[in-house]
Amino acid sequence: MTDVIKLTYKVDGEDFTRAGEASSDLKGKLKKMNVPPDAIRKVAIAMYEGEINMVIHAHGGEITVEISKDCITMVLADRGPGIKNVELAMQAGYSTAPDNIRTLGFGAGMGLPNMKKYTDEMKIDTELGVGTTVTMRVNIA
Amino acid sequence: MTVKELIDSGLFGVINEGENPDCEVTKVYACDLLSFAMSKAVSGSAWFTVMGNMNTIAVAVLTECSCIILCEGAALDETGLQKAQQQGVTVLKTALPIFEAALLLHEKLK
Repeated sequence: MTDVIKLTYKVDGEDFTRAGEASSDLKGKLKKMNVPPDAIRKVAIAMYEGEINMVIHAHGGEITVEISKDCITMVLADRGPGIKNVELAMQAGYSTAPDNIRTLGFGAGMGLPNMKKYTDEMKIDTELGVGTTVTMRVNIA
Repeated sequence: MTVKELIDSGLFGVINEGENPDCEVTKVYACDLLSFAMSKAVSGSAWFTVMGNMNTIAVAVLTECSCIILCEGAALDETGLQKAQQQGVTVLKTALPIFEAALLLHEKLK
């Protein structure tokens, strides 16, 4: 695996029937590329949480993934409302998910903390009323 | 214990048999919040929950759970069932509370 492989996924907003499809697809592809299971698990968790966030909060968006021999980089870009207080949003247990989302099992306030925990680097660029871009990198050991 | 052996044991009812009968049930995991399950359920876990929707199936696939056991008589909704069938996920059911159901399997796995 010497080249950089680039993948793009569209995430439909508020369509829970398809939430997780991008993560599942990526997971399958990484398995076929013989990426170590540890790295695959980290990528799957971080990407699923990000995907769900895009569905719940941001009316969907686009995910681009770059796979090189050293790392997997995921860029999740949306045109949602933006994050008012990133520091607060990063706190485990803090959630702004509405009640109907909570009844589905989401809204534990663990999305962003999980994304940080399972990636080697995470960066959030957000602007109120414009959107949010989350960039995450998982190193391949 | 494999998924097939668990099904054959009759401990729990069957909602969807799934496509991995030989998958080893390695651990018992119980939680209803998907982000916790996402982070804590390990590959091969039998996941006890009352959340019977498509997102439970998605998380089970991503974490490679061996099966889901819906407790307290919780139902799997229609889209959840379709997703379980598409993805070949084993979904079982019981009227028992989560702790009692999980303990039953835990004793069997000892």
